[in-house]
Amino acid sequence: MNVTVNGKAATMLDGATVADVVREVTGQDAPRGVAVARSGAVVPRSAWSHTGLAEGDRIEVLTATQGG
Amino acid sequence: MFRLGGRELSSRLILGTGGAANLTVLEDAIVASGTEVVTVALRRVDPAFASNGLLSVLDRCGVAVLPNTAGCYTATDAVTVAHLAREAFGTDWVKLEVIGDDRTLLPDAVELVAAAEKLVADGFVVLPYTSDDPVLARRLADLGCAAVMPAGSPIGSGLGIGNPHHVSLIREAVAVPVILDAGIGTASDAALAMELGCDAVLVASAVTRAVEPARMASAMRYAVEAGRLAYTAGRIPKRFHALASTVDEGRPEL
Repeated sequence: MNVTVNGKAATMLDGATVADVVREVTGQDAPRGVAVARSGAVVPRSAWSHTGLAEGDRIEVLTATQGG
Repeated sequence: MFRLGGRELSSRLILGTGGAANLTVLEDAIVASGTEVVTVALRRVDPAFASNGLLSVLDRCGVAVLPNTAGCYTATDAVTVAHLAREAFGTDWVKLEVIGDDRTLLPDAVELVAAAEKLVADGFVVLPYTSDDPVLARRLADLGCAAVMPAGSPIGSGLGIGNPHHVSLIREAVAVPVILDAGIGTASDAALAMELGCDAVLVASAVTRAVEPARMASAMRYAVEAGRLAYTAGRIPKRFHALASTVDEGRPEL
């Protein structure tokens, strides 16, 4: 399945969830200070493990950075 | 003591974390500033992510995190980023920025009001970065923002407070805290903001991009305290002509 993760094309297995993407990006199951948007909508942390991906999804995995 | 969004703060200085050369410099500046609240932005996880070093520094300093919506140009984007920040950091606080123009980074009033209305309805403590327009500030306060944060001058410009009279008018127009945000260049700008009646000052670039950030953070700390003391002390009125401080009575005839 082809998706976009943080602006880059990625291939995920069928049945993959948001939690799988988070693990792939951060190397952790429950990283602190991380939030996820799926095609523009916020996915609450509690829903990561049961939110499946769909072809063409745009996933943003975000965290704190220095800023004004 | 000063009350912001239901929280008691003893420091009237809020530090923005953007622009520091590295986390050691940032940590030293936070400690020297005496601040209790610092801003952070939300950006894509770096591929080399191990754990968030910035959040560890903020934990160590014991400061509260105030997420911003920097880089958003529409109300829709800003509202989504605020919700993402709430998920990431577990805070209802948001420094709401909806930018209208990438040259000045001044706020887009129409989008700002729309975003503020939605976030207040969603239960956020909304701290909007706004222009120095007293009418807009009143509208933001009336719709339920927890403070208003007028720009003294464009973000990162260091030009100070371009229109002090408008800052005074904003102070008069709203009952919520007024936090001078953006444009501060050096300590005297922060002191002036406080002398005009602002409740607090938010400084980022002036500290993080100073030659010696921790030293400037310390300067800002004292400037904010001095400005607040001067405001509450009640300054003398300005006069066109001199008024001798020494009495004329008893002057010798020589």
